[in-house]
Amino acid sequence: MAKILMKGNEAIGEGAVRAGCRYFFGYPITPQSELPHYLAKRLPEVGGLYLQSESETAAINMVYGAAGAGARVMTSSSGPGISLMQEGISYLAGAELPCVIVNMIRGGPGLGNIAPAQSDYFQATRGGGHGDYRVIVLAPASVQEIIDLMQVAFDLADRYRNPVMVAGDGILGQMMEPVELGEEKEIEIPPRPWAATGRMGGDKKLISSLYIVPEELEQHNLKLAQKYTLIIEQEQRWEEYQLAGAKLVLVAFGTAARICKAVVDRCREEGLAVGLIRPITLWPFPQKAFAPVINEAEGFLVVEMSLGQMVEDVRLTVNGRRPVYFYGRCGGMLPVAADVVREVKKLYGGEGQ
Amino acid sequence: MYQAILIAGFGGQGVLSTGQLLAYAGMLEGKHVSWIPSYGPEMRGGTANCGVTISDYPISSPVVTEPTSLIVMNRPSLEKFEGSVVPGGLILVNSSLIDIKATRKDVRVYYIPANELAEELGSSKVANNVILGALLELTGVVTPDAVEKSLREVLPPHRHDMIPLNRRALEAGAALVHRSAAARAG
Repeated sequence: MAKILMKGNEAIGEGAVRAGCRYFFGYPITPQSELPHYLAKRLPEVGGLYLQSESETAAINMVYGAAGAGARVMTSSSGPGISLMQEGISYLAGAELPCVIVNMIRGGPGLGNIAPAQSDYFQATRGGGHGDYRVIVLAPASVQEIIDLMQVAFDLADRYRNPVMVAGDGILGQMMEPVELGEEKEIEIPPRPWAATGRMGGDKKLISSLYIVPEELEQHNLKLAQKYTLIIEQEQRWEEYQLAGAKLVLVAFGTAARICKAVVDRCREEGLAVGLIRPITLWPFPQKAFAPVINEAEGFLVVEMSLGQMVEDVRLTVNGRRPVYFYGRCGGMLPVAADVVREVKKLYGGEGQ
Repeated sequence: MYQAILIAGFGGQGVLSTGQLLAYAGMLEGKHVSWIPSYGPEMRGGTANCGVTISDYPISSPVVTEPTSLIVMNRPSLEKFEGSVVPGGLILVNSSLIDIKATRKDVRVYYIPANELAEELGSSKVANNVILGALLELTGVVTPDAVEKSLREVLPPHRHDMIPLNRRALEAGAALVHRSAAARAG
């Protein structure tokens, strides 16, 4: 099938439709508005429903309702809107409801700006709302990967009955790349015996995150913990780029990882043994990617579009065995490849120590 | 082949769609392409730019911070982006709208009166394709045929009558730089 040129935000919408999503609730915010715009047109074509809510708080609670009734459902927003949704995300996690939440991250804190950033990493990977929970977080780095990961996102949400977040940024949303959409398949959504679709003479089905008796909540928490452990074991995803023999390993995700690939290319041309680990799952963090390289690597350089958030997960993983350095731009600014190359050269051969 | 092309001008001049056309043509030729716009609280009459990368190999970074070729459609864009072009790179200046010269000595610079040439052809609307034609002639990044085919695919059928004019615009830009390259050599 021929390739088509597509914007990242539109690819999220098309990927969701092809993954069987039929319900979208959301409220517009830059830099992701092309996504609801696309779905407003696309979802009715496939018998789905697009609804612009009165606020992000309302949107996430509509997601809760639709997910509780067994629908494949999603919402999307950016920074400030995602913050407003945190109460609902915590309830979704507590009630174990599958759904997909897209965050096209913008500069913060507060209203910040609409330029690309990665500064919502902590919020995404540490739960974000109140209580002891985790959200699976996927970070695509190309328009094709957006299409592919939307299917993965909905499948993981169903498999683990857990909210899944897709984290991108304005660059990823605005840029166009060729994509191969493949055949549009009829998606069979796995049965949801727990969904509140009416008792029909059977058992009562209650969607709730309320466990008023501490003994019962503790059991619920422990059950969630088992699920999170299983996800950590089963679902770590990452891409390796030029890791063979790398003395200095860059670690970056999303748009920053694309820039770092160019950095690796230039360094390799100059004979510097530099490679890249690109986490695709931000949670679970791909700790397994580090085991094969940690002996050969002399250090790690984490590159982010923030003051340094994922760097903490790299430090937890490396656990003091090797130095972990950080380079970041923030406020909606992008790292420039030439600047990162300069940083690499400073560190390469141990000058930074 | 690797070309990172930055196209910059006033909002409304069509720099974003020119970039999309170029990316589309590259895709039709089976190359790896990416298109990335400047975005922000933009307004009509403000500045707009986009980066187009076309390569025989997978594109590491779609972000064009060090272009191999720069097309500037207005003076603020020349002033802002001239310094970013890689040494040995190319700058195409729309001299119909820009009354200053580039200062770089380590790049090739061509001055193209794109609006005047477009008006001679019948419409100033094809000024972008005049300068695009010059880019294709000088870099070979895609063929004029691929651009024409892209127009056929992206334009609605009732606009297909514009395609011959756009093709002539590409050829006018190509002929101009061909002549001036010959003059330089001679």
